[in-house]
Amino acid sequence: MENQSQYEVDLGNLMAFNPSHHFPSLPSSREELVKECLQEGTKLVQAIADQLFNLPSTEDIDGPLVSLPPPTTKLPRSKHLPKPKPPTKWESFAQKRGIKKRKKDKVVWDEQTGTWKRRYGYDRVNDDKDVPIIEAKMTDEPGEDPFAKRQAEKKIRVEKQEKNRMQNLKQADKVGALPSHVQLAVTALPITGTKAVPKKVTKHELGDVAGIVATSTASGGKFDKKLPGEKAPKKQGKQRKFLPVVEGTGIGSQEKEQTEKVLNKLMSKHSHEILNVDKAITMYNVKREKKQKHRKNGQEKSSSTSSKLKPKNNPNKKSVKKGSSKKRKAK
Amino acid sequence: MLKIKTPKKGRVKRELEKRAPKLVETGKKTLLLQGTKTSNTLNAVLTELYLLKKGSAVRYTRKNENIRPFESGGETSLEFFSLKTDCSIFVYGSTSKKRPDNLVIGRTYDHHIYDLVEVGVENFKPMNSFKFDKKLAPQVGSKPFVCFIGEGFESVEELKHLKDVLVDLLRGEVIESLNLAGVDRAYVCTASSSNRVFFTHCALRLKKSGTIVPRMELVEIGPSMDLIVRRHRLPNDSLRKEAMKTAKDQPKKKVKNVSHDSIQGKIGKIYIPDQKLGDMALPNKSKGVKRERREGKRKNDPNEHASKKQKEDSM
Repeated sequence: MENQSQYEVDLGNLMAFNPSHHFPSLPSSREELVKECLQEGTKLVQAIADQLFNLPSTEDIDGPLVSLPPPTTKLPRSKHLPKPKPPTKWESFAQKRGIKKRKKDKVVWDEQTGTWKRRYGYDRVNDDKDVPIIEAKMTDEPGEDPFAKRQAEKKIRVEKQEKNRMQNLKQADKVGALPSHVQLAVTALPITGTKAVPKKVTKHELGDVAGIVATSTASGGKFDKKLPGEKAPKKQGKQRKFLPVVEGTGIGSQEKEQTEKVLNKLMSKHSHEILNVDKAITMYNVKREKKQKHRKNGQEKSSSTSSKLKPKNNPNKKSVKKGSSKKRKAK
Repeated sequence: MLKIKTPKKGRVKRELEKRAPKLVETGKKTLLLQGTKTSNTLNAVLTELYLLKKGSAVRYTRKNENIRPFESGGETSLEFFSLKTDCSIFVYGSTSKKRPDNLVIGRTYDHHIYDLVEVGVENFKPMNSFKFDKKLAPQVGSKPFVCFIGEGFESVEELKHLKDVLVDLLRGEVIESLNLAGVDRAYVCTASSSNRVFFTHCALRLKKSGTIVPRMELVEIGPSMDLIVRRHRLPNDSLRKEAMKTAKDQPKKKVKNVSHDSIQGKIGKIYIPDQKLGDMALPNKSKGVKRERREGKRKNDPNEHASKKQKEDSM
């Protein structure tokens, strides 16, 4: 009991500390050490319990409830203190002007229908579709659709509000007081001067651009250091090689060899066709026949036309088709 | 260009709100993970610590290649894991020839490493090697007693630091009210020499003593081990100052339906739902409800019943 005053007890953490204890001589065996530790521990636990069970308690179904005092041991936070949200532009303006918030009713009397209706949201007062007639004014421009104008104005108002909200969120983000559920995501940087809608850049597109950039040095990125996580560009174009046209030995002679190779190949392929004796004879015969027919030309026209058509007909498909179409017509 | 991104589902939003910085923090989650090389002892230590902390701990079982808490550049993935799991205490196990059975216990502040303590594990005895009455086994998530014994915890700087970290690791959730019937476990840490700490986990046996305060008895249930302090890194002063900040004014819970008036004093509002007569259960004893009689009537005179129904409808 005398020792208890020496114990430091933190009831909030249910923690006790005996700073005065030290082993006079380290216990020889482990069992002794454990035994002594448990003895000391029991004393400390008893010290905590003495304070704990003497706290005023309230009965509950599960057992007596005790309200603990706040912990005295200072421990670091896991996250920073929440930062106060900066006032929005309107809030700061209202404060400067002394404008106070007024509570508005959720429902409003609608004179058009003679009923109570919501101020905002579904089935609200003065909804666009509930206004059948808009009275003309002196200031109205002729030829303008008042309904379309009303809708367009509302769209502008909504857009403006969205812009203001964005601005206020950005201000809050600067201080680090963004609401926990809101994230400001960066989309593509807008290009000044053009009014193209900034598009969100995908991962693959970024990868492609990185690949282009990496290979746009003089060496094609061959000697550049790779960044961590950088991958090789996906599509590498086929590189054509040109041999020197100037004649010489080694590489210089390769170009000549290459062309000769191609020529030889062609020649060897058609070498057996250089003189076809049968073909030559038939050609000669045909020519002679033609000459003979020319002589007879004046006597028989029909036969000449038929002979002219014949060679054309056979190889060309078109003519065959023509013949078939003619047949169809005839039918 | 910036775009506002908000969660599409309420569940996600609630989860994000849980993770947001709070004025008064209620507890820290623990992340248990290991490096490329671990020993059987270390695996057992990590799993048993996980079991002790179950409910507020996350256990990673994969090997982690590039975690070296004490080296610069070796903490990036650790910080990322801390962010991902929302844990602000981590226990990292690795073993090497130089430092066998090495356990690094560290804390993070704003998902950046705050401080580190490196301890070696020796003489580890797992939970299942202790024999005890299963009735004494503590409940999961119950608030433990934490005891520190030895002057080393005050005089030696490393042990002082270790004590601070251990309190944070072991204390469990910060609570305002405690159920005295739920007091069932204690951790005992003893500084046996200037760099050695004996750690054990005990169950509490409450015995009658004749007064309100029961007589406490400790029953060792394990795990128990020796922790040998190796390296440690204290937070720098500016970070410590930043992390030790507490909210000056406690947030007040909004009390609903209670207002105060200078004349009437405290006024409470009570809302009573509409009395639904149609859904009310009738007492069984009433004669009209009895089945035989109703059915008998229906058999005898179906016309009458029809007329009655009409009457009901008209009402």
